[in-house]
Amino acid sequence: MYPRWIWRAFAAPGIIWLLTFFVVAFYAIVAVAFGTFDEHQSPVPYWNPLDWNVGWFHLIGSDLSSFRRPLERTLIYVGAATVLSLLIGYPVAYYVARRAGRWRGFFLLMIVLPLWISYLMRMLAWVNLLASDGWVTRGLHAVRVDSLFRSLHLLDQGASWLDGQGVSVVLALVYGYVPFLILPIYAAVDRIDQRVIEAARDLGASPRGAFFRVTLPLSASGVMGGIVLIALPMFGDYYTNDLISKSPKTNMIGNQINEQIQNGFQKPIGAALTVILSILLAGLMAYYLRQTHRAGKEASA
Amino acid sequence: MSWLRNPWGKPRFLVAVTTLYVVWSVIPVLIAVVFSFNNGRSRSVWQGFSLRWINGDPNTSLFHDPALVRAMEQSFKLAALAMVIATPLGVALAIGLQRWRGRGGTAANVLMLIPLVTPELVMGVGLFLIFTRLFGFIGRGTWAQAIGQVTFSISYVVVIVRGRLASIGKEYEEAAADLGAPPFQVLRRVLMPLLGPAIFSSLIVVFALSIDDFVITQWLSFDQTTETVPVKIYSSARTAPLPSLNALASVMVVVTLASLALAYVVYNRFARNQGEAADIGTIGGGL
Repeated sequence: MYPRWIWRAFAAPGIIWLLTFFVVAFYAIVAVAFGTFDEHQSPVPYWNPLDWNVGWFHLIGSDLSSFRRPLERTLIYVGAATVLSLLIGYPVAYYVARRAGRWRGFFLLMIVLPLWISYLMRMLAWVNLLASDGWVTRGLHAVRVDSLFRSLHLLDQGASWLDGQGVSVVLALVYGYVPFLILPIYAAVDRIDQRVIEAARDLGASPRGAFFRVTLPLSASGVMGGIVLIALPMFGDYYTNDLISKSPKTNMIGNQINEQIQNGFQKPIGAALTVILSILLAGLMAYYLRQTHRAGKEASA
Repeated sequence: MSWLRNPWGKPRFLVAVTTLYVVWSVIPVLIAVVFSFNNGRSRSVWQGFSLRWINGDPNTSLFHDPALVRAMEQSFKLAALAMVIATPLGVALAIGLQRWRGRGGTAANVLMLIPLVTPELVMGVGLFLIFTRLFGFIGRGTWAQAIGQVTFSISYVVVIVRGRLASIGKEYEEAAADLGAPPFQVLRRVLMPLLGPAIFSSLIVVFALSIDDFVITQWLSFDQTTETVPVKIYSSARTAPLPSLNALASVMVVVTLASLALAYVVYNRFARNQGEAADIGTIGGGL
């Protein structure tokens, strides 16, 4: 009924848009990362791969103090925030999916709500609460949590929570991203057939055994998906750090990129760091896709 | 961990964790909203209720401080541009991808999905570089920001519209064609109305994505005149802000949640009406 070319014509404007503003934009990062800069410090991109200059990558590899520390810090912060998010997110998702009963709708709404509140607003809320006269600062002081954190060397002596503290950045990341983790876990736990768990119990599994050998493996795809979903934006986060710490002591790779490019110190280095970050994240994505593909195959086999 | 020993008992541990989680995730934002009404300059010590930061103060209140008013205007301007550009592009792309069979279609599908898994920072850096170099004639500013927001919104529109396309199938269009409607008429008078609810939800989702967007908008912001509300929060949260900044953030929270609630209500009504139409359709078919 329709002419054959019509669907290609429908898709064309969107494809051209994405090619221009997504593919070319990404290639521009690569071209700048392998380029140089002129006498005005503005970057000169090398569009032809045959001209590429790998100098910036060498520089990043050799200048360990400037670049390796932020990279390590990024891995530590994102790792710690992901583990904490899982410890909070899994029980919440499990409860809402399987045990919440008539409260389920309410809890679901409460879990989805933060996703539609601007991330910056949610960080602003904590900037208020953690100010030196903020309610949470005073509350934590009253129950001596701040002294506890100081004695564990998680909080510097004499420093306040908003004063370049890695622990505050990690907790803020957890606060910011945990809702994105709960939803996929919720969906995965919700899909598990109650009869499978009952079968495990009838066949003699202890409740603990049934959880660890049936429920947890069956929800693994949701856990994996959730981890990827929160880890990708956390690796590129610079604004949480800028609001909660505002100190180079806690700089992550996103902060390095932001400072090198937006503040215009050395744009090619920023671009090279972006390329490194992209490769890291593409690896993470590929691993995740292979896992889910394999899981899908096993499920259908 | 008693829920592990007896999962059929009352899950006290889980109830406690979930309740604490909800309190922890919602209360800070509520407190920030409440402090928009503080009768004092502090955003952390309560000094009584007042509307001075909303409207009362002639220089620094939300509706009188030119910088805050400009941030709201810029947010809404960008949201309007993003809705008007991203929705038609995304709807057309969704229809094209859903029905274009062949290798080109598969490649285009992958191209559409990649922005969904690309960190915004990477997109922001790329767009920053092309708008300062390659497309220097556009430059950073409102147009660049709108283009950036459209670029990451298109994929969301495609996902929403494809879901609807898959559920309506091709029968209605085939019926119209059998009754003699030329292809253009089928598209305009059958497919488009059927896509109505999906197009409406796409508009609202693009609006919410645009209003809440920070990274790309900030990277493409040129100066203070192109700061949106989230960018304004970022640039002033740690310098000496007044409760009017909380008021600014609160207004946007209310706007986003209200638009989503509206979308939910309208979509349900739409879907119900169309459900009835479909029922009548099946009865007619039975006769």
